[in-house]
Amino acid sequence: METFLGFFANIDWYEIWLATGDTMVMLSGSLLFTVLLGLPLGILLFLCSPRQLLEQKNLYAALSFVVNILRSLPFIILLVVMIPFTVMITGTSLGVAGAIPPLVVGATPFFARLVETAFREVDRGIIEATQAMGANTRQIITNALLPEARPGIFAAITVTAITLVGYTAMAGVVGAGGLGDLAIRFGYQRFQPDVMIVTVVLLLILVQILQTVGDRLVVHFSRK
Amino acid sequence: MLSQAYADTIRCVPGLPLNFYLRAHKVRYVIEFHNVHKTYRVAGKDIPALHSTSLRIESGQVFGLIGHSGAGKSTLLRLINRLETPSGGQIIVDNEDVTAMDSNGLRRFRQQVGMIFQHFNLLASKTVADNVAMPLTLAGELSRSAIDQRVAELLERVGLSDHAKKYPAQLSGGQKQRVGIARALATKPKVLLCDEATSALDPQTTASVLQLLAEINRELKLTIVLITHEMDVIRRVCDVVAVMDAGVIVEQGPVAEVFLHPKHPTTRRFVQEDEQIDESEQRDDFAHVPGRIVRLTFQGEATYAPLLGTIARETGVDYSILAGRIDRIKDTPYGQLTLAITGGDMEAAFARFIAADVHMEVLR
Repeated sequence: METFLGFFANIDWYEIWLATGDTMVMLSGSLLFTVLLGLPLGILLFLCSPRQLLEQKNLYAALSFVVNILRSLPFIILLVVMIPFTVMITGTSLGVAGAIPPLVVGATPFFARLVETAFREVDRGIIEATQAMGANTRQIITNALLPEARPGIFAAITVTAITLVGYTAMAGVVGAGGLGDLAIRFGYQRFQPDVMIVTVVLLLILVQILQTVGDRLVVHFSRK
Repeated sequence: MLSQAYADTIRCVPGLPLNFYLRAHKVRYVIEFHNVHKTYRVAGKDIPALHSTSLRIESGQVFGLIGHSGAGKSTLLRLINRLETPSGGQIIVDNEDVTAMDSNGLRRFRQQVGMIFQHFNLLASKTVADNVAMPLTLAGELSRSAIDQRVAELLERVGLSDHAKKYPAQLSGGQKQRVGIARALATKPKVLLCDEATSALDPQTTASVLQLLAEINRELKLTIVLITHEMDVIRRVCDVVAVMDAGVIVEQGPVAEVFLHPKHPTTRRFVQEDEQIDESEQRDDFAHVPGRIVRLTFQGEATYAPLLGTIARETGVDYSILAGRIDRIKDTPYGQLTLAITGGDMEAAFARFIAADVHMEVLR
């Protein structure tokens, strides 16, 4: 018992608590904006893609190109490149507020692609049947595609949230705070394995919770 | 048979305008195709799916289109509610020019045309009741309570009142198609399009779905256009059939006429498939049978008259039955028998058959 407690000597639980809070704020804030921006972008990608409702070859190629560039950029580079832009939006490149813009820019293209795929998995027959009822494009999206793609969209949100947990840890490098920041500054740079273990375990629990909740939602909306 | 011939003569009187007959027969055409054709452009090449076709479908009829896959029947069906845009020609549905409609007009028009599909195309995320309500919700003309009431009526009609709260995945194939039918009828359409509606169902379920369609046609005076690759579907519910092959309607007419006296090779093939007859095999089988071989087709009342025995007794011919089938085409009973006839006064017997309104073909 003595040695066990002794092993965790370096841990400031209050610090851990604050860091966990920071991670949660970064995660929920960036996830919210990612979904708000990525869902319409994904729908636009789907509609413009070849042989879909609004087939627009040039627009699709342009959107696709931008999405691919953002997705091929390593997140750590994006963090640094984004600094002037981040300062413009939030007034700072530091802390939780400074981390959210790069997180959103990093995750939105990824999420949009997942949404595009989820929509593409809806049977074409459903679109045809809805058209045959006299629906316009907006009605096809809101009344048929969105409800039918809902399980896929929840799966996409889950995967994106978990990716964002990884990104928030990286954002610690530019002074964003959070559990990843603790792991890097104390666990890695000051050789405090106990801090490393506690933060990693907390991140692991967070990921487990996200995946479980996501899976439940997918099953709930599947109706199959 | 005779009455049919009589009707043909009336139609052929020269010098009278077409309208005269339309008034005289009180026939109203709900769907008209004037030189409609459709070409797809695939990899820089023009692929014709439907060659120039003119067609008229009477109001209240069940019109069947039969053809093998790739014959163009699916294209023709989708041209009616413009899910496919024609490359040329004019399509008139219920006095409206479908080819000239703008997108708003087209959406309003589509609400007047119901459609059911081979794979049902129900929304898995919505309950049975919500699926049926969908065309009404999209049209946005009825209040929520009026929609609920209409949905209850429709589910009652297709016999699914107890399943309103279920999801499509909890239903059998036949039940899913019933939901599809209820959904297609929601907006009280004038025309119902059926795209291989029974092809994914087992024979028993097919029969019950076809029965429902016939019932709807009768009670609601709804015009039904259905496409299929099974002659049996045509035989059970259709009034008129058109046979398609390679983008062309090769034969068209009343079902009994086309079914009992097929002319085009494609039609013959469909009829033989349905009766499971192999013509060349049959010819070999009959090679050693003595006497003349004739095929007699009885229709309507003649089917049940004791003709064969009477005529054989009175003319002294002998007969043996080589092949035969007694069945119904929609509501008309018919019989088709292949006989070998020997001895007696054969010519007199043949004359008696013809006099009794029996269609006779001498095969040998």
